[in-house]
Amino acid sequence: MSWFEKLMPSRIRTEGAAKGNVPEGLWTKCDKCSSVLYRAELERNQMVCPKCDHHMRLGARARLQSFLDQGQLEEIAANIEPVDALKFRDSKKYKERILQAQKATNEKDALVVMRGTVKGLPVVVAAFEFRFMGGSMGSVVGEKFVQAANVALEQNIPLICFSASGGARMQEALLSLMQMAKTSAVLKKMSKRGVPFVSVLTDPTMGGVSASFAMLGDINVAEPNALIGFAGPRVIEQTVREVLPEGFQRSEFLLEHGTVDMIIDRRDLPEKLSSLLLMLTNKPAN
Amino acid sequence: MNPNFLDFEQPIAELEAKIEELRFVGDDSEVNIGDEISRLQDKCRSLSESIFSKLKPWDIARLARHPQRPYTLDYIDRIFTDFQELHGDRAFADDKAIVGGVARLDGRPVMVIGHQKGRDTKEKIRRNFGMPSPEGYRKAMRLMKMAERFQLPLITFIDTPGAYPGVGAEERGQSEAIAKNLFVMADLKTPIICTVIGEGGSGGALAIGVGDNVMMLEYSTYSVISPEGCASILWKSADKAKDAAEALGITSERLKELDLIDHIIEEPLGSAYRDVDQAAINIKRALTDSLKNLDQMGLDKLLEHRYQRLMSFGEFSTGG
Repeated sequence: MSWFEKLMPSRIRTEGAAKGNVPEGLWTKCDKCSSVLYRAELERNQMVCPKCDHHMRLGARARLQSFLDQGQLEEIAANIEPVDALKFRDSKKYKERILQAQKATNEKDALVVMRGTVKGLPVVVAAFEFRFMGGSMGSVVGEKFVQAANVALEQNIPLICFSASGGARMQEALLSLMQMAKTSAVLKKMSKRGVPFVSVLTDPTMGGVSASFAMLGDINVAEPNALIGFAGPRVIEQTVREVLPEGFQRSEFLLEHGTVDMIIDRRDLPEKLSSLLLMLTNKPAN
Repeated sequence: MNPNFLDFEQPIAELEAKIEELRFVGDDSEVNIGDEISRLQDKCRSLSESIFSKLKPWDIARLARHPQRPYTLDYIDRIFTDFQELHGDRAFADDKAIVGGVARLDGRPVMVIGHQKGRDTKEKIRRNFGMPSPEGYRKAMRLMKMAERFQLPLITFIDTPGAYPGVGAEERGQSEAIAKNLFVMADLKTPIICTVIGEGGSGGALAIGVGDNVMMLEYSTYSVISPEGCASILWKSADKAKDAAEALGITSERLKELDLIDHIIEEPLGSAYRDVDQAAINIKRALTDSLKNLDQMGLDKLLEHRYQRLMSFGEFSTGG
């Protein structure tokens, strides 16, 4: 079991590493209602359970494919790769962990950025690959986010980010922490120039990612029932020594407490976000 | 074992106890033991020097949280004059884990913000062990914006195990409070000098730690996660904190090598608590030097420099 899975409470574990290594089955069970679902149909439905509308995790590329219009997608900063600057080693070398994650996901790191259109509106979209070391943010994620923002700034088009991350990547130590400051600084620049940033918080968005750019959207949107917070529920439970209330740190809880603007069903995101962005950029409705 | 000292400090503490004892004897006997005392004092000094010259990252982590280590208000008293504490976030509460206010540095008005830990149990609880809640960060942001408005340089002192992981803190948007400070500090139109004086605990530290000049006291630490937290996640055992402290590179020396901080402020022999006045003098000198440099830059250049500095953080390859 990876460190991140150990960290997460069992109820939100969806795709265990062991399961992921097994060739894709024809059938998948919904984590929530336990319905047995035909995999192809589930994928067509963007990994939302057709029976109970539970939003399962969606990989970065699948996310970008389903959110953006069909047609020309241009990947941004695809050449950026992680390095082990600190020669970090725990029970395993960081270098090995990178290689393993790259092999398992076919990605260089945990963020994929593309320029495309959503309902005809040109946008830059960044999406986290949670299966890459728990979507953790190290130097590559920070740099790619900044490059995404820079393209948005140059072309004066909105930036959208789909977060799914356990937080800062421990193996890059303070370098990871500094990515929080780096990504927030570029958003300040966007804000000053009036280029909109929409942050979509998906399951899970925690720690250093939630405590930086993910909470800095002009509009913060959450997918239904996503775990979103600063400290992990287990850490809080250990600190306060009481059982956490049902629904704590879930999207609906955040909406109730005024942290996010709205909760949007994954299948409605292109429609609703493009409509919002057209208004924010003073363009006529579609 | 004296609980006020760490294990590697015990030999020094024992020697000091012996010197004290001799001094006591010396007062009421006619035997001249002055020579013996000064010999022991020399020995004590060289023992301290030798112990402190080979501290490991884990030793430094524990020095950074030493029960006697000076806290923000200890330094504010010694470095500034006319300190007037300002309270509250104007929305919810006054978080006592962060203190702030206006003061004078060599006569010049500045805004000071710092984490504050408590010394005794009662104060520890009042200060929540230096772990701020969202309202603490929002108070800090209010003071930052005030500093900008009145063109006061902003001076921050970092000393926290981390932002508080509690139910209320989550309800009131801990993440948003931290993120917003990073956002505001990136472009705050006044010089910002940040000094880590004890523990630099992750996002909770960074939330008042974005600046033009980031300094660390010699025996302070700055890390993305505590060595214990890292050990329990990656090694699956909190006992491996020592290894985690090595791997994370949390010391001022290592972070200076990595160019993640700008300056190391030397501490007196035996660390800051041994001579708080001297430590404060060292910090004050570093602050005034730094401020002089930042003043010369002019605001536009200062902000551009700060931005470029932030953009430069990160190690990656561009393929090929």
